[in-house]
Amino acid sequence: MIRVAVIRFPGSNCDEDTLRAAARAGATAYYVWHRDTDLDQADVVMLPGGFAYGDYLRAGAIARFSPVMAAVTEHARAGGAVLGICNGFQILCEAGLLPGALMRNAGLQFLSRPVDVRVERTDTPFTCAYAAGTIIRVPIAHGEGRYVATDDTLRALEAEGRVVLRYVGENPNGSAADIAGITNAERTVVGMMPHPERAADPLLGGAPGAGVFASVLHCLPTLQGGSA
Amino acid sequence: MAAFHVQVRVMPRATLLDPQGQAVEHALGALGFAGVKAVRVGRALTLTVDAATAADAHAQATDMCRRLLANPVTEDFEVVVGAAP
Repeated sequence: MIRVAVIRFPGSNCDEDTLRAAARAGATAYYVWHRDTDLDQADVVMLPGGFAYGDYLRAGAIARFSPVMAAVTEHARAGGAVLGICNGFQILCEAGLLPGALMRNAGLQFLSRPVDVRVERTDTPFTCAYAAGTIIRVPIAHGEGRYVATDDTLRALEAEGRVVLRYVGENPNGSAADIAGITNAERTVVGMMPHPERAADPLLGGAPGAGVFASVLHCLPTLQGGSA
Repeated sequence: MAAFHVQVRVMPRATLLDPQGQAVEHALGALGFAGVKAVRVGRALTLTVDAATAADAHAQATDMCRRLLANPVTEDFEVVVGAAP
């Protein structure tokens, strides 16, 4: 059974949806409080959306100093799968587990609405259940989602196929190269601004985001060489 | 040791879009302040730092900026150390 740890920071507000989506996909999902330093044998770590520590200073800037982040970093460095959604993506960038940063939306407004994104890569533990090129409609809900990075980093992301999700039709926040989600060089850590957990239950009008959580169940054992 | 007043100025990197600065610039124009250009919005912090010398206080604040107060990807910073009181 795949064990998914959903980290709760003071200010997380998508933790329950994320836990529910992971459990619905068939994982053993449980919360880990930000003061804990033990991930309880997690196979996968998920950093949910919200406003950890009030997003003081910069989104994710304080959260990365949480006691639990040392364990998350160790898990990631050892090749463990980590997903950061929205605020979780911001935290992963601040923690240096993903390159670049997320800045204020180009239009300044907080945006909360569905957007279309294309699944560019299916060789990550969070997208392998999709067919490459699939366009899914999932909600965004952020004020600071404009992905920026140095030219060198952007070139590397494109050359190495590390752009996982890209906005199609319309880029809501002005991100570089229409980037909505990226992965690290090892393809184990993924950050995305859209909220797949908010579109993972058919009762709420379709489940295009469920594939993110199904991916963990379907592909992680294979990606880990069957050890899980 | 002395307590030094330190001012830290963190600004969005000049090459990056600063939508906040643009919005403020528009608002200033609407107020009738003609000829205002290149408005940028950053962040100012004031700290009191115990240090042996002003140079040490400066070095400490610079380290703080690199590790927390500024994002190295998107922001530039400036540290000004005032005289010990």
